[in-house]
Amino acid sequence: MTFDCSVAVIAGGLSFEREISLRSGRRVADALTDKGYRVAQLDADEQLVEVLRAGHYDAAFIALHGRFGEDGQVAAVLELLGLPYTGSSFEASRLAFDKLAAKSVLRRAGIGVPDAIPVGQDALRELGMGALLDQAVAELRLPLVVKPNRGGSALGIRLVERAEQLPAALISAFGYDETVLLERHVAGTELALAVVDGLPPLPAVEIRPKQGWYDFAARYTHGAADFRAPAEIDAALAERCLEVAQAAHLALGCRDLSRVDAIVDQQGACWVLEVNTGPGLTSTSLVPTAADAAGVSFADLAVHLTNRAIARRPR
Amino acid sequence: MRADDPFLDRYAHGTRAMTASEIRALFAVAARPEIVSLAGGMPYTAGLPFDVIGNVVEEVLGKEGAAALQYGGGQGDARLREVMVELMRREGIHASAADVVVTVGSQQALDLLARMFCDPGDVIVAEGPSYVGALSAFSQYQVEVRHVRLDDDGLDPDELEAELGRLAREGRRVKFLYTIPNFHNPAGVTLSQERRDRVVDIARRHDLLVLEDNPYGLLGFESNPPDALRAKEADNVVYLGTISKIFGPGLRIGWALAPPAIRERLVLVKEAADLSQSNFNQAVAYRYFAGYPWQETLKELRDVYRERRDAMLETLTEHFPPESGVSWTHPSGGFYVWVKLPDRLDAKAMLAKAISARVAYVPGGSFFADDQGGSNLRLSYCFPPPERIREGVRRLAGVVTEELELLRAIGGLPTPDERADGGPPPAWGATQ
Repeated sequence: MTFDCSVAVIAGGLSFEREISLRSGRRVADALTDKGYRVAQLDADEQLVEVLRAGHYDAAFIALHGRFGEDGQVAAVLELLGLPYTGSSFEASRLAFDKLAAKSVLRRAGIGVPDAIPVGQDALRELGMGALLDQAVAELRLPLVVKPNRGGSALGIRLVERAEQLPAALISAFGYDETVLLERHVAGTELALAVVDGLPPLPAVEIRPKQGWYDFAARYTHGAADFRAPAEIDAALAERCLEVAQAAHLALGCRDLSRVDAIVDQQGACWVLEVNTGPGLTSTSLVPTAADAAGVSFADLAVHLTNRAIARRPR
Repeated sequence: MRADDPFLDRYAHGTRAMTASEIRALFAVAARPEIVSLAGGMPYTAGLPFDVIGNVVEEVLGKEGAAALQYGGGQGDARLREVMVELMRREGIHASAADVVVTVGSQQALDLLARMFCDPGDVIVAEGPSYVGALSAFSQYQVEVRHVRLDDDGLDPDELEAELGRLAREGRRVKFLYTIPNFHNPAGVTLSQERRDRVVDIARRHDLLVLEDNPYGLLGFESNPPDALRAKEADNVVYLGTISKIFGPGLRIGWALAPPAIRERLVLVKEAADLSQSNFNQAVAYRYFAGYPWQETLKELRDVYRERRDAMLETLTEHFPPESGVSWTHPSGGFYVWVKLPDRLDAKAMLAKAISARVAYVPGGSFFADDQGGSNLRLSYCFPPPERIREGVRRLAGVVTEELELLRAIGGLPTPDERADGGPPPAWGATQ
């Protein structure tokens, strides 16, 4: 690998995960700089195309989370610019970002996903769907999880244990997307399964929040959750979960890197909650934790992903 | 770098509750220029006379450069303390510069005084809502904040007396009352003269120490507020002032005027914390106030803020008719309007939607140490120009309307004819 490579690390944007993305981006930029790459950290704003054109970069590292990044919009821009980039294509990102659409693809591929009922803001306001919410709750049974159909970092996600908590949970989730999912709650061990193309499988990471559940504060406060990497579950079960994650990654057409969030229930079944094509790369994030447990440093991971993108450069 | 925190069990109790939060993440987006931020209380420093300040800085370096870049005394620059005494005279306070301690903004005074007075489990009484920065400073010392209701005339003395009675019966130790009598943050209201007299009387009868925080007193638009509490009562009041709103918060200069015993101890606590204030910044501030017509700049700033306040109040009236169930305060100075949404709206849950609509505010719950204020929010008019304020309020109105429709569709809100009382609720949080 020649070391005269320049990389644009794209982070920030107007996503609700802007702050997290800036942290991921900073970390990637520092790691690549240490490894000898020429690095520019760019915000995803209206100047992006102009700056990318002027910069003559060899590749772009997408460190965006949520809108613009994980919904594939930046990938579409980079495709048009002919600039190779890390991670999934527009189509795969878009599909994975839409939790409901991803669920049906995964289900067709034989992967277990918890049942969910979509509730649209317009269906509530203009079709009187509010009258059917009791029925939806009865079908899924309590407790259930209310989450924005698109979005990440657990923003807007609430666990509803009693029916009277539903309106507030819906309102909170609608803050982040106009479609909200009511999802069957699966009790069990929470796992983060990193899939990195071109590397041997990384161990499953088990998440043990110290209080309540793995919410935003638990995700981004050092020490608010305990991680076990590798997960302290049966080895064969862990391996099966990693196979499920790999299958999910392929089913959605993901590339380079994804993080599959899953829960293993008491019967040992692995349920995929979502597939993140732009997983967090901060110091409390799960993919770096998995890599670290496998002896892959953060810098090596960043280099590996960057070089995969550079190798896709049109010749 | 590791995802867990090997030091977790070593942190002091007072900082353990400090964690990442959804709101903080949302504010990271709100800082982008696309968003009209009615959230932050940033003074309009672009209105300061930079040519004059440039001269002042040159003067400091030319005439006292070596001293200005040296350590200073713990109590602060004596010349600047004289300026502070002059500033306080405008609020009816007759004080000696010997009783003034210069601090890193009045925020440091809040921290140092809480450190000086409070042990875990002590009680501080404060208005509800109260300044979020004070609540954060106090929370480090594991105190319990008990809120006393506010209305258009400020802190309610009857409620104050009742709360003090309750606390006495519970055998709790009240260390002080924290109050912002003028153009309150976040409520925008001012304590009436009659109530000032009553608060002073209650303080005397209950031997209650009062922390009078007065950042906005010189920013009255129509008239000056009544004299400070400290003007009437010297023994039981610690008065906090700042130049942040009449000059610039970037200099980080505030002060405390305290009874001698408190002042002596405060100097020691301040020296233990930071040795001394920035001598350079103090010299700049002293020369600015002593040698230049700062009153003219202040008058211009007041005009700017008045125009912005008018823009906000006019647009609120335009977009929130009485039947909307939204009400708000009408500040006659300072930076803030306190808004009450219909009861079942959750301002915190609505913030993400507001930011998507490109307007930001501070959810009301931030201004309470307990769980009140859910359907309140604070709007600041100090920073954005009038046309941006109008646009921001217009966007906010769209978000509130949409949120109400949604809540109604979910079944979480009574239909308009189901409303029992009909009229808009008071602006003071109905969660009591």
